[in-house]
Amino acid sequence: MGIKILTEHINVPGIETLEVYRKHGGYRSVEKALKTMTPDEVVEEVKTSGLRGRGGAGFPTGMKWSFLAKPEGVPRYLVCNADESEPGTFKDRVFMEKNPHALIEGMITSSYALGANTSYIYIRGELMFVLRILEKAIAEAYAAGLLGKNILGSGYDLDLHVAPGGGAYICGEETALLESLEGKRGNPRNKPPFPAVKGLFASPTVVNNVESIASVPWIVNNGGAEYAKIGIGRSTGTKLISASGNINNPGVYEIELGVPVEEFIYSDEYCGGIWKGKQLKAVVPGGSSVPILPANLITKTAAGEDRLMTYESLSDGGFVSGSMLGSGAFIVFDEDQCIVRNTWNYARFYHHESCGQCSPCREGTGWMEKVLHRIEHGHGHQQDIDLLVSVAKQIEGNTICPLGDAAAWPVASAIRHFREEFEWHIKHPKEATLPGAVYRGQLATIEA
Amino acid sequence: MAKITFDGIEVEVEDGTTILQAARKIGGKVVPPAMCYYTPLKGSGGKCRVCLVKVTQGSAKDPRPMPKLVASCITPVQDGMVVENTTNEEVLNARKGIVEMLLINHPLDCPICDQAGECNLQDLSYEHGVSATRYEEERRTFNKVDLGPYIQLHMTRCILCYRCVYTADQITEKRVHGVLGRGDAAEIGTYIENVIDNDFSGNVIDVCPVGALTDKTWRFKNRVWFTKPMDAHRDCPTCSGKVTLWGRGDEVLRVTARKDEYSEVEEFICNTCRFDKKEMSDWTIEGPRHIERASVISANHYELPVVNVPIVPNLPISTKKNLPQE
Repeated sequence: MGIKILTEHINVPGIETLEVYRKHGGYRSVEKALKTMTPDEVVEEVKTSGLRGRGGAGFPTGMKWSFLAKPEGVPRYLVCNADESEPGTFKDRVFMEKNPHALIEGMITSSYALGANTSYIYIRGELMFVLRILEKAIAEAYAAGLLGKNILGSGYDLDLHVAPGGGAYICGEETALLESLEGKRGNPRNKPPFPAVKGLFASPTVVNNVESIASVPWIVNNGGAEYAKIGIGRSTGTKLISASGNINNPGVYEIELGVPVEEFIYSDEYCGGIWKGKQLKAVVPGGSSVPILPANLITKTAAGEDRLMTYESLSDGGFVSGSMLGSGAFIVFDEDQCIVRNTWNYARFYHHESCGQCSPCREGTGWMEKVLHRIEHGHGHQQDIDLLVSVAKQIEGNTICPLGDAAAWPVASAIRHFREEFEWHIKHPKEATLPGAVYRGQLATIEA
Repeated sequence: MAKITFDGIEVEVEDGTTILQAARKIGGKVVPPAMCYYTPLKGSGGKCRVCLVKVTQGSAKDPRPMPKLVASCITPVQDGMVVENTTNEEVLNARKGIVEMLLINHPLDCPICDQAGECNLQDLSYEHGVSATRYEEERRTFNKVDLGPYIQLHMTRCILCYRCVYTADQITEKRVHGVLGRGDAAEIGTYIENVIDNDFSGNVIDVCPVGALTDKTWRFKNRVWFTKPMDAHRDCPTCSGKVTLWGRGDEVLRVTARKDEYSEVEEFICNTCRFDKKEMSDWTIEGPRHIERASVISANHYELPVVNVPIVPNLPISTKKNLPQE
């Protein structure tokens, strides 16, 4: 068992109440930070810790904080991005649901570090029950003097609000989130200006993932250097992984970054191996938007080294033979899963969730979905495969926000690694459209 | 002042100018096309992505190239910036791809479209598109929306540039239309049927780069290239009264605002001037209006211009056979 930073007390009965949370050492970091540290010292600790954004991009949190513009007389904001809606990702939901005070503690400490007097938690609209849990916890914190005016007698004021989204995936993109929080249509903004300069209500804003913010109290309590000792290289600390798919033990796991992928899939401590003893076919290691990897490339890199659960190791080989850690949604496919069907499913998601603002993404996601739908349903042509590759290329990098890339990568990578399967679908439409039909090498077998 | 090199041509512009405006200062063939950016409208731009350019040198201080193509209409210049547009194959390929995207769901009903002949999308596709489509799916269609007696909305032709939304926000008193829905189901509408009724609402027709918003008083009357543009003015209590009349003989068929070579209006005009004053006697004629002959139809040629690079040059033969053989 590795060290648990975020989930240590998550299963303690009653941890969602302030009383039990404080009994287990809760809000220590608020006291320490507000009474003994300056905001810059907190930022410095986070920088030392090497904590990287847990929302998907993996940008160093401390660095992001230090970019925040600090003009005189302009308020600054901290916004927590809890709009977790990528297929396969459910870590933040579980975390907030079980241990809301841990997030609130992180919000107070982080807001203090950034000098924000108003902070927001933007939560996914579907998670109304989690919103209620958070609001209850916030009310408790207000009553205990941990929020509001003059927190713990330190002279620092903070108001914390929870705002629900309307159920759009795009509002997880930081600038679309800010637009939505301002009450507008959730369209991503053109960058620059970046939120650190002109974010929420045209003021400097930091947007961080739930998990990044929740890691801050531990860093403040134990020191950034201590946090940096966990993990490997530039991937420091622990990470919540939402493991799903054809595995024996799906769920949320907190791992020390650096666990070998093979161990993560097969050890009983984590996923517990493939469901019903089947063979591993492919893994999407970081949420539906990152490239899919076939079994041989997920456990070993192209150079033959063991692949580890770190930002660097998973992206080893670039997009040719690597993927990304992303938001840590580990989706496992066994031998009976059809990659074409799965790719179509992802494409359908991105088609539905494209905001429609910029043309490559608006038109391209729909185009890819329709072509994949045709292939999956036995009406594909051989040139469709190259067409998909070319459409994905036309979208990638040409859009306002990363949703275009996120839509293009799974399609491009599925074709890169499973081209034969696509070809089989097109050449044998009759067999391929039978229920449960899966391509296995040269032989297609059908199981009931 | 900032000095930038655009396609090998040096130009000096004010700080804070966008790359597109700097290119327009040079003028001519090097100017990137723009479908959504509109100088008089604040906040427009960045959406259509056809103005993408490659910045090969960020600035004199930081000469690193920008990693992705950038939208020239919203990216401010830096001193010492080096930008490539028509000289960069990556840019031309990306632009070609984007034109293809814009056209896959466009009905291409130019023969019956009132905008034909002065349509930005038509010009753009002649210059950067290919003559055959790779799209074999059904094109998307929309239910008809009635916007009142003056403005006709053809949602199928819309490319969602948001210009009409910005226009209604910035020059009319109240905006009643907007973008509904998301993704490729996004459409311009009034949500609950509503008439766009405002003294300046007719300007949405002028800013529309395609034939999505057209003038009902001019619909199907004539083709643009058969009409004669004249500069005219009248004493108007609400607007400047400076317009372009489009007529045949003594008949005024259409009144629009005066537009420059980038189809951007010089001054917005009011609905009375646009829709009600259709008599020669209403106007003082100043003389013929010089129209930039950029449009394909007004230039009277349909052949493909020089700028035409295969869309994805390194594709296997199986895909290429569906592309036109050039």
